[in-house]
Amino acid sequence: MFEPDVIYDSRRVILPTDHTRPTTERPWVRRLLIGIAVVFMAAVLVLPLVLVFTEAFRKGAETYFSAFADRQSQQAILLTLLVAAIAVPLNLVFGVAAAWCVAKYEFWGKSFLTTLIDLPFSVSPVVSGMVYVLLFGAQSVLHPLLKAYNIEIIFAVPGIVLATIFVTFPFIARELIPLMQDQGNTDEEAALSLGATGWQTFTRVTLPNIKWGLLYGVLLCNARAMGEFGAVSVVSGHIRGKTTTMPLDIEILYNEYNFAAAFAVASLLAMLALVTLVFKTILEYRFGDELAGTRRH
Amino acid sequence: MDIRVDTVRKEFSHYPALNDVSLDIRSSELIALLGPSGSGKTTLLRLIAGLEMPTAGRIFFGDEDASSKTVQERNVGFVFQAYALFRNMTVLDNISFGLKVRPRSTRPPKAEIRRRAMELLDLVQLSGLEKRFPQQLSGGQRQRVALARALAIEPRVLLLDEPFGALDAQVRKELRKWLREIHDRTGHTTVFVTHDQEEALELADRLVVMSQGKIEQVGTPDDVYDRPNSPFVFSFIGESSSMPVTVENHELWVGGRAIGLPAPNDAVGEANLFFRPHDVELVEDGAALAGVVAASRRVGGTRRVELEIGGNPNRVEIDLPFDHPAGEKTRIAFRPKRWRVFPQA
Repeated sequence: MFEPDVIYDSRRVILPTDHTRPTTERPWVRRLLIGIAVVFMAAVLVLPLVLVFTEAFRKGAETYFSAFADRQSQQAILLTLLVAAIAVPLNLVFGVAAAWCVAKYEFWGKSFLTTLIDLPFSVSPVVSGMVYVLLFGAQSVLHPLLKAYNIEIIFAVPGIVLATIFVTFPFIARELIPLMQDQGNTDEEAALSLGATGWQTFTRVTLPNIKWGLLYGVLLCNARAMGEFGAVSVVSGHIRGKTTTMPLDIEILYNEYNFAAAFAVASLLAMLALVTLVFKTILEYRFGDELAGTRRH
Repeated sequence: MDIRVDTVRKEFSHYPALNDVSLDIRSSELIALLGPSGSGKTTLLRLIAGLEMPTAGRIFFGDEDASSKTVQERNVGFVFQAYALFRNMTVLDNISFGLKVRPRSTRPPKAEIRRRAMELLDLVQLSGLEKRFPQQLSGGQRQRVALARALAIEPRVLLLDEPFGALDAQVRKELRKWLREIHDRTGHTTVFVTHDQEEALELADRLVVMSQGKIEQVGTPDDVYDRPNSPFVFSFIGESSSMPVTVENHELWVGGRAIGLPAPNDAVGEANLFFRPHDVELVEDGAALAGVVAASRRVGGTRRVELEIGGNPNRVEIDLPFDHPAGEKTRIAFRPKRWRVFPQA
């Protein structure tokens, strides 16, 4: 690297000539690294996604659309929408409340609560499902009580909703905590000092400040709520047309060697993921600074 | 609206941020809370605002006990160091926020709110910028919007927390003058926090000098500057020099020699002499403080020299005319024109 004919003194700054900046790699290193990344992405991410769609359309568009004519698949789609429609708004409320608590207050046990919020991320979804079976299932202490009032939770829609809420809980809270911590309390204090009530402060100051981060969290939460398999599988009981969501329906169809239908439903889920990604990218592009510090997922 | 702070104490997780502080603020007064960081000045301001609640003690607004009132009920205008403008609202919406959130019974009609906001915008000399968003304004403009917003609710008292702290020196000076004008025009009781003594001395009717959760001295800028009542205030406000002296026979002594300064009272013993470097006279004969020049540097229009007096390792600084011929090792004799003696702690 050192060129003996170059005099290094304080008045002259000599840049190496074969690449423009001393901190940049040589061109072939750069190309190799980019190449590896692209090949890896293609093999692991793009190819499977393309395969989902080609498999779905292998026997023609007619077969593809006939998969959605199936009553049980239709019900799986409806159930998935229903579960997401309940789980996402609830997690919206829980997530905002939890983030508010963690970001704006100091209290004993705060770091424990923060860890607890992350629990669904770290624990296997199957375990989350099992917990609900133990809690509300036939062997549980609560079971006689539930039975007396004729409430079905396990192997029924409430169980699926509960498991989905559990698994998707961290998405919105995780998105908001760093954002709200970053923004601090002064805007809220300013609103309060101007005479605003707590609710006015929340709706007119806090909410507008976090809206893009919140939307981003809702998107991720929704994608996961619709796609959740493990926890839902444990509590659902796989009653086709009654307690199967789209991911469960896909598994059943696949196990019945009904590949075209399985991939048709799968393509719908994949589409949802793509739409979510597009929205996410738009949000990041437009409101990058307002989502600051949240490149986590 | 006069404000009375009555033996207020504030602890944050058992650490006292304010130690039984009492203070009377007169109506229409512009008062500065001045002190180094950690002195409790911002805590005191937030307690007056109701953004913090005191651990003990009471705060009165006029004759009314405001201690247990919430910040909303106290009706104070608070200006934050980092502006805290609502970034999703225009300048006009920011200023009218306090009026818009009022309950219907006390809320002025829309046109009236707009008229008052525009009037305030005019007062803070930002007419024409009402449709801008805070991000589109400079720091100085933002702080003026913040002030207009605080004034819009017709507060009983205006509280400013280091209002110019985030601005550069030039803008700070302009806003300082301008805040004084606004205060004189609107006549609000105004309390502001600063760590900038120049700002406090120039702007305030009275200064409250704070240190370590306690009030050290309250007085007019002249009082505090000319008659500091403690070593802390003497060295915190303005330039100061100090040296150990002995008090005996109603005179001050250094190294066994009288220095020509009478003792202020009958006390006897070790003490510290404080004076301003610029407030000295050079003397040719008679009892005086004498030392040799150890270092000198140019400060503005004068020359500041460090003197070693009687082999004392702590040097003492005094100002000389810049064309004074003193060089290194020159012997100089001087007497402070004004001074204070504080017993050694």
